[in-house]
Amino acid sequence: MSPNEPSPGLVVALLAGVAVLFSLVPLGLAWLWARHYSPNKPGNIKNATYECGLATRGDAWIRFKPQYYLYAIIFLVFDVETIFLLPFAAAFTGLPAGAFIAMILFLLLLVEGLVWAWQKGLLEWAAA
Amino acid sequence: MDEGLRNELSRQGVFATSMEELYNWGRRNSVWPLQFGLACCAIEMIASTMARYDLARFGSEIFRPSPRQADLMIVSGTVTKKMAPQIVRLYNQMPEPKYVIAMGACAISGGPFKQGYNVLKGIDRYLPVDVHIPGCPPRPEALIQAIMTLQQKIAEQPLNGELRPPHLDPDAPSEFPIPQYGEHDLVPPSNPNLWSPPRAVRS
Repeated sequence: MSPNEPSPGLVVALLAGVAVLFSLVPLGLAWLWARHYSPNKPGNIKNATYECGLATRGDAWIRFKPQYYLYAIIFLVFDVETIFLLPFAAAFTGLPAGAFIAMILFLLLLVEGLVWAWQKGLLEWAAA
Repeated sequence: MDEGLRNELSRQGVFATSMEELYNWGRRNSVWPLQFGLACCAIEMIASTMARYDLARFGSEIFRPSPRQADLMIVSGTVTKKMAPQIVRLYNQMPEPKYVIAMGACAISGGPFKQGYNVLKGIDRYLPVDVHIPGCPPRPEALIQAIMTLQQKIAEQPLNGELRPPHLDPDAPSEFPIPQYGEHDLVPPSNPNLWSPPRAVRS
């Protein structure tokens, strides 16, 4: 590196500074414009939750049942299993005993997860 | 800025403008309508956005499905009394600046269904309408003409002073009262601050 060349760190810092300014300056200008010219006019109807034209009913912060989420998590067990089962099946005849045992252990680990979820009753669809 | 000086400068390749013109130029070329249709006029509105009439040439093809993102309400069709409160509520939920085009005879006055007990006789009873389009239904060219008229109106709005548009005036209302379903009619039947019954002048 010649002595006249700026250090790479300095260039990166300069570019990072320009990038930050490039995104902040328009936002700041827009904020100043809004402050100076267009007044803020919130209202009950304007801030209502629904956007369909009907009167808002209830609160937006309601609870959802995580039931389906649990199913999705358990599905991942089979999903991951399939990814490994396909190459396992393709290379099955040529596999040494060590690889076969490792694969069976891996499958047992996944099945153990399923058994655990089953025992916890996660496969039952709770009504409430 | 003096018009002659500006012409002279533009001949030399220097373009001068004011903040007001720049602001209105940006606003008038990005009018996003609210995506909803009420009756047969909506079909013409849809046609005007498609390839044959191509509303995109005027910067207004982005129909927003949420009032929070829309600038323009095109009241395209018959407004029934059942629907009127929803229309006013949607207008109230639009951020400012916001404009209204009453498209077709029904939105202007009730049109051919004016005698119907359930038909609102013109959306201007509840909302400040900027452009009225006559016709039953108006052709897509008429809607494009209305949007061009609206663009002209936006271009002429000053930033300061008495003539500034409502969204720049802190005292101008942003929400309009929503009518309720009454026993026989909407309550109130019209917004008295916006609309008064036309008086017949007999000579």
